[in-house]
Amino acid sequence: MGVTRTEVKEAAVPLKAKKKTGFLRDIVKNKVLYVMMLPLLVVLFFNNYLPMAGVLIAFKNYQYHGNNFFENFFLSDWVGFRNFEFFTATPDAFTITRNTLGYNFIFIFLGLVVSVFFAILLNEIKNKFLSKFYQASMLLPYFMSWIVVSYIVFALFGEEKGFVNKSLLPALGMQEVSWYADPMKWPFILTFVNIWKLTGYNTVIYIAAIAGIDQEFYEAAIVDGASKWQQIRSITIPLLKTLMIILTLLAVGKVFYSDFGLFFQVPRNTGALYDTTQTIDTYVYNALRNLNDVGMASASGLYQSVCGFVLVMISNLIVRKIDPEQALF
Amino acid sequence: MKHKDDVQITTVNKLNDIKPFWNGAFNLIFIIYALCCIVPLVLIIGISFTDEKTITVHGYNFIPKVFSLEAYKWVVKTGEAIFRAYGISIFVTIVGTLVSLAIIAMFSYVISRKDFKHRNKFAFIVFFTMIFNGGLVPWYMVYVNILHMNNTIFALIVPSLANAWYVMIMRTFYQTNVPDSLIESAKIDGAGEFRIFIQIVLPLAKAGLATVGLFQCLQYWNDWYLPLMFVDDANLFNLQYLLYKTLAAIQYLSQAANLPQGSQALANLPSETARMAMCTLAIGPIIIAYPFFQKYFVKGLTVGAVKG
Repeated sequence: MGVTRTEVKEAAVPLKAKKKTGFLRDIVKNKVLYVMMLPLLVVLFFNNYLPMAGVLIAFKNYQYHGNNFFENFFLSDWVGFRNFEFFTATPDAFTITRNTLGYNFIFIFLGLVVSVFFAILLNEIKNKFLSKFYQASMLLPYFMSWIVVSYIVFALFGEEKGFVNKSLLPALGMQEVSWYADPMKWPFILTFVNIWKLTGYNTVIYIAAIAGIDQEFYEAAIVDGASKWQQIRSITIPLLKTLMIILTLLAVGKVFYSDFGLFFQVPRNTGALYDTTQTIDTYVYNALRNLNDVGMASASGLYQSVCGFVLVMISNLIVRKIDPEQALF
Repeated sequence: MKHKDDVQITTVNKLNDIKPFWNGAFNLIFIIYALCCIVPLVLIIGISFTDEKTITVHGYNFIPKVFSLEAYKWVVKTGEAIFRAYGISIFVTIVGTLVSLAIIAMFSYVISRKDFKHRNKFAFIVFFTMIFNGGLVPWYMVYVNILHMNNTIFALIVPSLANAWYVMIMRTFYQTNVPDSLIESAKIDGAGEFRIFIQIVLPLAKAGLATVGLFQCLQYWNDWYLPLMFVDDANLFNLQYLLYKTLAAIQYLSQAANLPQGSQALANLPSETARMAMCTLAIGPIIIAYPFFQKYFVKGLTVGAVKG
């Protein structure tokens, strides 16, 4: 009780100062920890955060005045939403959005059905050696680069020497087909290639989830005389449902993005096929690197980023409602 | 009593096995699908061992009608560019994987420490890159017009160094495998932060490091995107990009084959079989390391997917 008013005042001042410099103090105190974080932060700054600020290019009539980005940026005129108006006025805007969303929804749906189906079946294979072998084979395509995959597709569907045109179709008594000239063939080829490459990966995830199911459920079901099919329908699938919903929602959050390798390498960026093979990602690439149209490329790129951001936020909100553990944030 | 329980469980499990018919049917489905996955690679390898003339007459085929090592001889004889590209691929894969592993391991360790006050803020900085990105154009310009990394080896390494997803995997890994008490007691014993990290934490995180290292290894080895974006200098082509360039050049030239200079240039390019031999060389290391790859890959997938 012997503390005077002045003493209290004096004590409060350093406390306030300490709070202000808390972050700096933490850096001094844990300098080793901060040094350990530094390299990754530097990479993120250049690789991710500087480009985020760079989205402003989309609102400029970007001109090359020199080889320095800042010089180009500040000397170029602001044009507001004109780049977006140009972009939305082209028929491409509709085509690439349709392709990106359409393919993604097909991939999400088929991918889910095929990989859950394979995971459940693989779990029932009695011979563990064979089951491991199947799993290893299914993963093989996932490890191949898109270049190798494009070589395979070319070896199969090439016009002059491809296996399908030279061996398969003649054997079936059918005419040769110009695969790389007919856009209507590609939705099927691309879907098949995508499922082929990713099924192994997704199947492994579901197999791990099935392995995590408590065996007592099945034992109780067997005692009650449940058939295999009943066990799958009433135990396995309901217990996988949460994971299925979450992985689907996370994939839905990414429907504005497409696999550049699949849509660029596999159709070999063939102009005649653009109607069914061009997605937002390949469009942005072609606008930037082949047409040198910075305005169009950055406008379509920002369109993708913003739509993607909104969808990730929405899907994550739903995921968090279902299972906070699985939410991204 | 225990013995009786065991017997009961085995009989129950026996009862629960699927019928032989379904077992056969399931196996058949998987054999067909496994063939779908393996056979296309056999096609590539098969072509690389086939005589060139046979291909001109009969087209591509899975089993060489006429066996020949000509393609590989050609690669060895004239393949200076190929060996160079192979070297670039190996260098980028080793350096990229090690550097990225080091910076990811350090960063995710710090944000996994419960006594580190600002861990959630720094985790968010990484995390936000998963939610929003600036798109291709500004990203490209940062590397070309600010860092001026185009046509340097750095352009093949730096953009893939950091990855938010792997940071999250590593953080989870530390949190579940490195007890706080261990770090506390090391601190009391007077060990410095960095020494604790190197001598105590890293050995406990070996499996996590192997998983992330594997993912990154695959990323660098299979990369063609970064050279496509940033490299024009043929001395810096990696193997994947060289393969891409070769096939693209052949397609372009065969469209121009009726021009005299077109067919001339076409004749100088690697033959069909030589291209497939190059492709086989690109797949080779993955096939050889496959058993190891698969083991850690499956492990990592389960860590990453079930608990992000």
